[in-house]
Amino acid sequence: MSGDHADAPIAARVRRMEHLLEQRGLVVPGVLDETLAAFLNRASPTNGARIVARAWIDQAFREHLLVDAQVAIAGLEMSMGGGLRAQDLQVVANSEREHNVVVCTLCSCYPLALLGPSPTWYKSEAYRSRVVREPREVLREFGVDLRPEVEIKVWDANSEIRYMVVPNRPPGTGNLTEEQLAALVTRNGLIGTALV
Amino acid sequence: MGRINDVGGVQGFGEIIVEQDEPPFHTDWEAHVFAVNTALLRQRIYHLDEFRDAVERLPPSQYLAASYYERWFLAIRTLLIEKGVFTEGELDDVHDG
Repeated sequence: MSGDHADAPIAARVRRMEHLLEQRGLVVPGVLDETLAAFLNRASPTNGARIVARAWIDQAFREHLLVDAQVAIAGLEMSMGGGLRAQDLQVVANSEREHNVVVCTLCSCYPLALLGPSPTWYKSEAYRSRVVREPREVLREFGVDLRPEVEIKVWDANSEIRYMVVPNRPPGTGNLTEEQLAALVTRNGLIGTALV
Repeated sequence: MGRINDVGGVQGFGEIIVEQDEPPFHTDWEAHVFAVNTALLRQRIYHLDEFRDAVERLPPSQYLAASYYERWFLAIRTLLIEKGVFTEGELDDVHDG
């Protein structure tokens, strides 16, 4: 026992806070774990991958998605809600001439309710500071080597609006099913730091 | 004046470090900080904008030294104290083990 102090290991400090919240009835024991399991079960990049696969095979859906993402994804039984205030979602599509990449320079805004927690690098000062200053170089570091004529658009997410990227459909995928197409899409592809 | 979190375009933060196959949370305490925050937001102990503000006004040295979910923990702690839910003494009465 090391006494009372504010520099105890973080895990112990979190337990202490949780214990106090339980005593006060603000947190119900066991409910946190259930909430968390439900959230992780619901929110993962596979949602984004399903949206992208549909957009690749269904032109009407794609057009709807790019204009009104909230309503379009509701058709796939997905939402940005997740129990809290739903943020707006804007979906942007790559093309032969344009590549999109998402950041939150101020913090970590991300379509969390849809895609689950973002990767640590997305929340790092290094990514947040650099991708708006030298996006081409940052993308190169992620293995995305764009031709000089491809324009890069960097979308800075905020508390009101979140962004997601529809990558270009890879060539030679004409005979794949929607499910097989979805399996090609990565989390980085949805952020724009991968081609797919 | 910008706050310490306003890092867009600032130089000198070094390389982007990518962790392969990163899990949603690295430890239980990270997941619990996330879940506690959700619970307190749902019960309107504080609002999302207040939470974001509490992260952004951490002292710059503390902000930069802390990991992502440490920042969350510190922000929740700040709000619980400021709103009179608990005292600093109660929250810091931590015994290891």
